[in-house]
Amino acid sequence: MDQTLESRDRTLRRRTRFTPLWLSLPALALYGVLLAVPLAMTLVLSVNLYDQTRGVIPALSAANYASVLGDPYFQRIFLRTLRIALITTVVAALIGTPEAWILSRLAPRWRAACLLTVLGPLFISVVVRTLGWTILLGRTGLINQALLGVDLLDRPVELLFTETGIVIALVHVLVPFVVIAVWTALQRVDPASERAALSLGASGRMVFFRIVLPQIVPGVLSGSVIVFSLAASAFATPALIGGRRLKVVATTIYDEFLTTLDWPLGAAISVLLVVSVVAIVLLWNRLVERRYAAVPG
Amino acid sequence: MRRIGWFAGTFHGAFIVFMLAPLVVVALVAFTPDGYLSLPVHGPSLRWFRALLADPAFVESFWISIRLGVVAATLATAVMVPAALAIGRYRFAGREALLGFVMSPLMIPTVVLGVAFLRFLTLVRVQGTFAGLVACHAVVIGPYVARMLLVAVAGLDRRVERAAVSLGASRFTTFRRATVPMLLPGIAGGWLLAFIASFDELTVTIFIASPATTTLPVRLFSHIAQTTDPLVASVSAVIMAVTTLVLLALDRLYGVDRLFAGGGR
Repeated sequence: MDQTLESRDRTLRRRTRFTPLWLSLPALALYGVLLAVPLAMTLVLSVNLYDQTRGVIPALSAANYASVLGDPYFQRIFLRTLRIALITTVVAALIGTPEAWILSRLAPRWRAACLLTVLGPLFISVVVRTLGWTILLGRTGLINQALLGVDLLDRPVELLFTETGIVIALVHVLVPFVVIAVWTALQRVDPASERAALSLGASGRMVFFRIVLPQIVPGVLSGSVIVFSLAASAFATPALIGGRRLKVVATTIYDEFLTTLDWPLGAAISVLLVVSVVAIVLLWNRLVERRYAAVPG
Repeated sequence: MRRIGWFAGTFHGAFIVFMLAPLVVVALVAFTPDGYLSLPVHGPSLRWFRALLADPAFVESFWISIRLGVVAATLATAVMVPAALAIGRYRFAGREALLGFVMSPLMIPTVVLGVAFLRFLTLVRVQGTFAGLVACHAVVIGPYVARMLLVAVAGLDRRVERAAVSLGASRFTTFRRATVPMLLPGIAGGWLLAFIASFDELTVTIFIASPATTTLPVRLFSHIAQTTDPLVASVSAVIMAVTTLVLLALDRLYGVDRLFAGGGR
């Protein structure tokens, strides 16, 4: 009797031991076939060779990497992408952080509407948002009309097809990620510390810089990492605002694959993009961890 | 305590204008009677919406995007419901790895995903097909569904299921009559979010769409890159309208503020 109970118990446990495996099998199959395999194929493609008449030639060669890393043309594109991503990240963090704080202090009724206004654009196709900026930034666009109208300018500034234009549009596209991250961090800030500072006579601005900001820095940094990695690999915004002259890494990959048809070279640039973004993000996290390990609490 | 100063107020106002300006401009230009993209708009006109309806390529792309969004979101949800149950309810070796794997498409640049899908689909000879698009979209939007479902699974009341079991329900009946109804808001929310993500997707799709399977964002992108007539604004207005409708449904069902509560990572 005891023995049968024990064996029934064991079969039951064995049955539940494999349950999570069965449950996750469909997802594992889909992701295995359509994510792991294609990415591995891209890695293989990047060490193959390309010939204009014969197409992709199976090989094991570092030639694509050498030609990307050694060519000043590609170096300029990588540097431009890095510059645009860094400036976008800094600007997004600088304006997104105070906005999240202001949002958290609004009356609940206003807060819901404003939160939707700030975060809602995240759901709208990036093509649509960028189209708005091409209308605003053009030589006859609204920004130039306004600046000329109040005599701040005597001739129109060219913002379309410039790095400044790309940064403005990318900040608009990506700043919601900073707001979300800081918003999440703000939920954990103890309101008592703010009240204590206010009761001791601190001004609103002082409370923000001396009390709130130090507590939400981790949120600012994690939001910034998301913005950086998305800005460094952004495609639609640089393609539409930068045009054909101002190429970034993502638009270069697109051209290699769909215009030049040199797939192995395009694959090598893709691998280099992933490697450099991952390297910078890891370095960033390492620096942040060390900085925060040094501060007790 | 809830008051904000004039400086903060001005900053907030400027920020809201900055966030809304490009969208408002597109929506306004869509109603222009003129033949070019410019502001101010001379009176409302439906000229470019009629032009859109008369353009078979854009109309076809609209329906392709809708169909693709529905099928891909359904596939992603069907695959992620059991996976979320496994991650949310069981402790097993490789659980963290599975979670990381399921979320990983968010970490990989979309251009690189597009390139990888193009290579894969070409080698297995389904490049440019609707089925290929569906499968790739399901992978790209999977993390959004997974995130919503994981929150839903974490909030499940297990006492309801135990009550069902103690009343003699089988495991399947318990799942069908107790677990699924409790998960339903999460499933529906995840599906809607995935639909929006698929409907808006550009960067992956531009690599793997063929002339016969060009989605609305891809057609819009190509059109903007070539010419800029107000047709692109009216197409954008349609995209915004569809997105807003789904977002409103999501808000009714789920609460948009709750959507962002855990959205930071």
